[in-house]
Amino acid sequence: MTRFSLGKYLLPTYVFLAFIFLMFPIAYTFVFSFNDPFKNTPGWQGFTFDNWTGVCNNEAVCEAFGNSVLIAVTATIVSTILGTMLAIAVTRYEFKFRSATNLLLFLPLATPEVVMGAGLAAQFFNVGIPRGMGTIIVGHILFTLSFVVVTVKARIATLDPKLEEAGRDLYAPPAQVFMRVTFPLLLPGIMAAALLSLALSFDDYIVTAFNSGTEITFPKYVYAAALRGIPPEANVIGSAVFFFAIGLVLVFQLGGALKRKRHAKLK
Amino acid sequence: MATQAAVKKAQTTGKIQNPRVALLLLLPGIFYLGLFFITPFASLITTSLQAPVLGGGIGVYQPGLEFGNYLFVVSEYLDQIIRSFIYATLATLLALAISYPIAYFIAVKARNKPVLQALLLTLVIAPFFISFLLRTFAWKQVFGQNSWLSNVLRDSGLMADDQFLLGSSFAVVFGLTYNFIPFMTLPLYTNLERLDTALLEAGSDLYAKPASTFWKVTFPLSIPGITSGTLLTFIPIAGDYVTASGNFLGSPNTSMLGNVIEANYITIQDFPSASALSVLLMAAIVVLVSIYIRRTGTEDLL
Repeated sequence: MTRFSLGKYLLPTYVFLAFIFLMFPIAYTFVFSFNDPFKNTPGWQGFTFDNWTGVCNNEAVCEAFGNSVLIAVTATIVSTILGTMLAIAVTRYEFKFRSATNLLLFLPLATPEVVMGAGLAAQFFNVGIPRGMGTIIVGHILFTLSFVVVTVKARIATLDPKLEEAGRDLYAPPAQVFMRVTFPLLLPGIMAAALLSLALSFDDYIVTAFNSGTEITFPKYVYAAALRGIPPEANVIGSAVFFFAIGLVLVFQLGGALKRKRHAKLK
Repeated sequence: MATQAAVKKAQTTGKIQNPRVALLLLLPGIFYLGLFFITPFASLITTSLQAPVLGGGIGVYQPGLEFGNYLFVVSEYLDQIIRSFIYATLATLLALAISYPIAYFIAVKARNKPVLQALLLTLVIAPFFISFLLRTFAWKQVFGQNSWLSNVLRDSGLMADDQFLLGSSFAVVFGLTYNFIPFMTLPLYTNLERLDTALLEAGSDLYAKPASTFWKVTFPLSIPGITSGTLLTFIPIAGDYVTASGNFLGSPNTSMLGNVIEANYITIQDFPSASALSVLLMAAIVVLVSIYIRRTGTEDLL
C-alpha cells in the first residue's frame, strides 16, 4: 500500500547527510570559538576556554555586538507594531485600494537588499542626513516590516472568525473583543514575527553597509575581518547567539508538537 | 501563501466596515513605506540620471537627464550582469534539487511523528540563527588554498597545482546554494504538508510506478510551493554580494551585480552608475517575477 517512496532507506539516509551538510558551518564556528589565538595564525592552534570567559578582551567585537543588539531590538519593536497593525487592516478591514496596499506590502520582499540599501542611502544623501545608528535602524525597520506583515497575516488566516462573532454576540464592545479575543489568539504569530525580525536585523550586512557611515555592527566587523581571518571571539558571539535563539525556537516548537501529540492521543 | 483557502474564506466572511479604524491601522505603516521605500526609489531613479560636475571631485554630481548612464553601465558591466543571472539560476535549481527530498521527508514521511517533525524543522532553520557571514567564512576555510579538501583534490590529480577552489565559480555557486537552502525548503515544506497521501495510494493502487506517481501527482501539486521557493531564493541571490566578494568565496573573476553596485556606491562613489544598475536589477526582477507568476499560475501568491 505505501510503496510510493524511493526505497526504504535511501530517503532517510539522504536527509541525514543533507543535515550534516547544513550543520557543518555551525559546528565549524562553534569548534573554532575554542581555538587558541595565541600565535594569530590560521588553522587550529589548540583548545582554550579563554575566548568564552574573556570575550570582551576584544573590545571591537564587543562594541559591534552591543550596537547590533541595540539596532535589532529597536527595529524589531517598531516593525512588529507597524506590521501587526498593517496585517490586521489588510485581512480584517474593508477599504479602498486594498489590492494596491497588498502590492505595496509585497514589494519590499521582492526587492534585493542591495537595491533597498542603495535607495535609502541615495535618499539620505539627497536630503543631507548624516549616516549612523539612526539611519541603520530606519533601514532595518524597512526590510523587516514586510516579513512581520506576512507572518502575522498567516496567523490571522488560521483564526476562526466565529470566536470574535461570539464576543460580539455577547455585546462586548469592539475594543474589548480585540483585547480579550483577537489579540491573545494573535500573540503566537506576533511573537514569531518579532523573533524573525530580530534574527534578520541582527544578521544584516547589506542594508547596513550602505547606511552605516563609520558605525560598526557585528556583521560589518565580521565582513572586514574575513579578509584575514575571524578572531575566535567573533565565533564565541556567533555561537552564543545561535544557542540562545535555537533554545527559544525549540521551546516554542516542541511545546506545540507535544500539545498536538496529546490532542492526538485524546482523540 | 500557506493558507490561501483560509484567507479567501476570511475575506468573504468577516470583513469589518469601519474606514476610520482601518485608516488608523494603515496610516503609520503606509507612511513609513512611502517615506523610506517609495521616495528612495524615486531618489534612485533621479540619481541614476545625474551628470558629473565639471571640475568637481569624487562623488560630486548634479541633477540631469543622462540616459546614457544606463547604456554605459550595461556595456561596462555586461559580464557581471550575465554572471549574476547564471549564478542565481544555477544556485536556485541546485537548492531546489537538494531541498525537495528534505521537505518531502519532513512533510510527508514524518507527518505522524510531531516531535521528529518539529526537531527537523528547527534544524532546517538553524542556519538562520548563526551569522550569514560566519557560515560563509566556514566554507571559505574548507575551500582555502591549503585546506584539506584542496590538498586531496590536488593529490588525486583532480585539480592542477595552479588551480584554486577559492575564488572559482564553483565555490561561489556552492556558497550561494548553501546559504539559501532554508528559503527553498520552508515553502516546499508548507506546501507538501498539505499533500493528501490518499492520492499517492490511489496512484499505487492503479499500478503506477512510484516514479510516475511522483511526476504525475506529487510534483504538479507542489508547484505553488516550488514557485514561492524559487522566488524567495532567486531574488536575494541575484542581489547578493557577500558570497561572491573577495573577502569570502569569490574573486574579481566571479563578481556579481551586487558587488559592482557596492563598489560603485561605497568605494568609487560613482552614485549614478550604482543607481542605474540598481534600477535595472529591480526592473529585471519585477519583469521576471510577473512573467513567472503568470506562467506557473499562482497569482494569489501575494
